[in-house]
Amino acid sequence: MALTNETIQAQLEAKFEGQVTAFSTETGMLSFESPAALNLKVMQYLFDELGFTFLSDLCGVNYPDNVEGELVVVYHLHNFVENIRLRYSIAVPISKPDVFTATKIFESANWMERETYDFFGINFIGHPNLKRILNVEEMDYFPMRKEFPLEDQTRIDKDDEMFGRG
Amino acid sequence: MEAQHNITLPEGSIEKKTTTLNFGPTHPATHGVFQNIMEIDGERVVSTEQSVGFIHRAFEKLSERRNLYQITPITDRLNYCSSPINNMGWHLTCEKFLKVETPKRVDYLRIIIMELARISDHLICNSIVGVDTGAYTGFLYVMQYRELIYEIYEEVCGSRLTTNIGRIGGFERNFTNTAFEKLEKFLNEYPKVLKEFESLFTRNRIFMERTQGTGGISAARAMNYGFTGPNLRATGVDYDVRVANPYSSYQDFDFTVPVGSTGDNYDRFLVRNAEMWQSISIIKQAYQKVQEFKGTDAEIFHADVPEYYLPKKEDVYNNMEALIWHFKIIMGEVDLPKGQIYNPVEGANGELGFYLISDGGRTPFRLHFRRPCFIYYQAYPELITGGMLSDAVVTMSSLNLIAGELDA
Repeated sequence: MALTNETIQAQLEAKFEGQVTAFSTETGMLSFESPAALNLKVMQYLFDELGFTFLSDLCGVNYPDNVEGELVVVYHLHNFVENIRLRYSIAVPISKPDVFTATKIFESANWMERETYDFFGINFIGHPNLKRILNVEEMDYFPMRKEFPLEDQTRIDKDDEMFGRG
Repeated sequence: MEAQHNITLPEGSIEKKTTTLNFGPTHPATHGVFQNIMEIDGERVVSTEQSVGFIHRAFEKLSERRNLYQITPITDRLNYCSSPINNMGWHLTCEKFLKVETPKRVDYLRIIIMELARISDHLICNSIVGVDTGAYTGFLYVMQYRELIYEIYEEVCGSRLTTNIGRIGGFERNFTNTAFEKLEKFLNEYPKVLKEFESLFTRNRIFMERTQGTGGISAARAMNYGFTGPNLRATGVDYDVRVANPYSSYQDFDFTVPVGSTGDNYDRFLVRNAEMWQSISIIKQAYQKVQEFKGTDAEIFHADVPEYYLPKKEDVYNNMEALIWHFKIIMGEVDLPKGQIYNPVEGANGELGFYLISDGGRTPFRLHFRRPCFIYYQAYPELITGGMLSDAVVTMSSLNLIAGELDA
């Protein structure tokens, strides 16, 4: 049976009885969400039953206005046999950013989760080696969070002389 | 001695029955900034502790303050051995997100550039594998053809290494005749050189004994580790983004996807060599298709997207509308549509993905790069443990690790 976005959606809805929600299809890719505690069950089901055996990408996103779900982890999964991709995301509150690690399913999640921890401070429970990877270990903040904005490019209070101008 | 709290020593280093070797970050044999603190027993690698991030430049954060066209130079600095593929991948992502249709001629010209970049990248990687096994000749000999490829880039965009080639919608200018002449020169001369390069290595006994059976991985493990590109194909999985999700009209071309079987250093070398032959064939087909455009069709080098493609300079001076678009683009006053997209392209060392989230502002809300070598470098300890230290060096270069891409 060929998998399509519709059959995946129908099977997930049947299996998880309304816990997997927010289905949408944008530029051909199915995306959906679930409560954070379900992430391993959903991914294991996708891995075992639907053949999504390849984790293309794992990354974090910070939505400061999304109350009680400020931090989001996005998984991009790929089924090589059927050549179909999907996007699965879970949201956790910034006050308690706990997510179960996917390293038991995908070895490749190891460093991607470390990177997500490094930049967003998402705590992956059960991760074998959860420490900073790209930033220095002494760093005590999570730089990709939106609370650290980049400098406004249009600001005018800079001393031009210091920048080789004027 | 007071403990250094920045460095984690590998397991077992206290008993000192084995030797701890700090390999890198700036060791000539790592070809990039990679540190491995290895525990070695004689010449055998017992375990290794990797550390990365020495040239992390916060590209993802920088991108959140930049317009789309300002992000292209950032992508140059990911895999700098094949910058044009990164540039094109980014443009293709933007075009797919903005629903821009590019003309066929643009697609074919892009394919020429992307396949040239793939050749130059594989050429470096394979000849460096040669250097690490003791054969410098191949490396020096093929350099002149990488130089020729760089001259072609130079004709098209004006720069060589960090190219910033192309724009959203197409190219910044049409290819000159010199560019096509150089391309013809390349197509005429390079196959002979590649043949010679192959005969230096492929059946060379020393090379075979150094690379066969070292750094091998099974297909299942490789997939679990997130391998893509030539490294995955060397294990026998025929996954290529150009075939699985064709972009830039790759579906119009006839080529095969070479695969290996054992996933060791020798297979990776063979797969890259075979891919170079395929790339030559793709470039020939694309060049033929480009030549079929006659008259005004041969003048097309970009799509009509005034919101994102800079108008010609004389139009900016003489035409009000062009002036307005020029101003809006330069000042970054074009709002993006809302939405998200994940768009992969086949980079020279694997699936290079761009995950773009827009909240309707002028810059991406979030941009994540799926960097292939960041993901497959995790498998390095598994590939080298139990092997010789000198094989670990060859394994590192045959994985085609690029520090710029790994650290983003």
